[in-house]
Amino acid sequence: MSEEAIETTNGLKAKKDVAGRVFFGLALASIGALALITIFILVQGMPLIAKVGVFDFIFGTKWAPLQGYFGIFPMIVGSVTVTLGAVILGIPISLCCSIFLAEFAPATFRNAFRPAIQLLAGIPSVVYGFWGLLFVVPLIRDYLGGPGLSILAGAIILAIMILPTVISISEVSILALPRQYKEGALALGMTHWQTIRSVQLPAAKSGIVAAIILGIGRAIGETMAVIMVLGNAVALPRSILDPVRTLTTNIGIEMGYATGDHQQALFATGIVLFLIIMVLNATAQYIVRRK
Amino acid sequence: MAKIQTIEANLYYDNFHALRDITMDIRDRAITAIIGPSGCGKSSLLRIFNRMNDLIPGAKVKGEVLLDGKNVYDNSAMDVVSLRQKVGMVFQKPNVFPMSIYDNIVIGPRHHGIKGKKNLDEIAEKSLRQVALWDEVKDSLKKPGLALPAGAQQRLCIARALAVAPEVILMDESCSALDPESTMKIEELMTELAKTYAIIIVTHNMEQALRVSDMAAFIMIDENKAGGLVEYAPTTEVFANPKDKRTEDYITGRFG
Repeated sequence: MSEEAIETTNGLKAKKDVAGRVFFGLALASIGALALITIFILVQGMPLIAKVGVFDFIFGTKWAPLQGYFGIFPMIVGSVTVTLGAVILGIPISLCCSIFLAEFAPATFRNAFRPAIQLLAGIPSVVYGFWGLLFVVPLIRDYLGGPGLSILAGAIILAIMILPTVISISEVSILALPRQYKEGALALGMTHWQTIRSVQLPAAKSGIVAAIILGIGRAIGETMAVIMVLGNAVALPRSILDPVRTLTTNIGIEMGYATGDHQQALFATGIVLFLIIMVLNATAQYIVRRK
Repeated sequence: MAKIQTIEANLYYDNFHALRDITMDIRDRAITAIIGPSGCGKSSLLRIFNRMNDLIPGAKVKGEVLLDGKNVYDNSAMDVVSLRQKVGMVFQKPNVFPMSIYDNIVIGPRHHGIKGKKNLDEIAEKSLRQVALWDEVKDSLKKPGLALPAGAQQRLCIARALAVAPEVILMDESCSALDPESTMKIEELMTELAKTYAIIIVTHNMEQALRVSDMAAFIMIDENKAGGLVEYAPTTEVFANPKDKRTEDYITGRFG
């Protein structure tokens, strides 16, 4: 090898090293941001939880920050009921959709339908909330009674918002199955639907469960759309037509003017939310990897 | 009478003519081997018998394919579900479903309406005994089928096909992914099963065709790339005394 050639190779190597370091730095920065946010929330929120006590903070039913009452149980109930409602309404539709797209839809239809579903994910959440406020809320008020601003309204909006996540991930997990499963089942004389139900869906189970959990995570974390349709009353709801406040909306509504203990309490609410979503995502990851 | 008859059967994939004028009678209780070079349409021919070509968009069959005298492509004579129950299939790679050994076996019978744990247990035991797998797995029926070694997985697939009480078994190069020992076991199994069932195999392996089959069909593409039946006779005759020059060239290893 001539000297010149050696120099060029060294130059290339040096360039590679520089590029590697730059990307490493950038990757580190994004993880660093996550770490900083986590630390910040913990530092801001933990003292208040320590002061109030974990049990009283989580299971206390009275939230009156200015009088020193910091119980977020109504908000936890709000988050859980609205999310549960979204799951009950949204998951069956999503699963049917993904089965239809993966197994039944003709190619032309599928090619039109898939981008349309993806588009749903691109609509800003404030638009969902606005639409819900002007369309879903009056509908509930007029036909079912109550103030209209309610668990049901939030559940309907969130059910629509989780469609794209759940549909695309479950569709992909059905499509990713080896063709041999389907062929094997059909060759046994099973019908197409029997094949889907008894072989393909069980085989794609882990992907579908992960899709559902990610959908739940999306629903529980959503703020803007639900602020507009939930009514945001801090009270334990008696029916799905009652207004509620969720953990996210609690932070969203009060952050602007909260100071001192009140502000810390909102960060503490964030800690609870953070933990719930971490557990959900970790579960989804675990289920997907186990396969 | 022949178990399966094809009368001038043609297969098209859209405009591509894949098989031309295949006319052959397939005997019951015998092993028929379909041999020929890669890409000549052996697997396509095999998949005509249980209509697996239906899964490919644009696939079309013309001519007649008769099972016990009934045209399998005539939906008023026989629906595809009952056809596939009568004509079972074992694939090239073992395609055990991701469920327990037991569930792999009983999934077919269950969907054909057989109820009751006792009945299903009986079917499971009988099918597993037929493939000589029972003693190996009888204590681990709840274990996942995919945990078995490849050879045993393929036998499990055969047992699964037997569990729906077929009359014909199609085997699409079912030993090509297996080691010699497992291959030998499957071949013994084929010979045993041929006492009760009509078996049609596709194989690349000339020795295998010679070892196990009673009849051999040699398929080759013509100048238009459509596969056609060149020679069809008892295996010993095809190998010892081929009538067609192309058959002779192929089995003596001059091409393919």
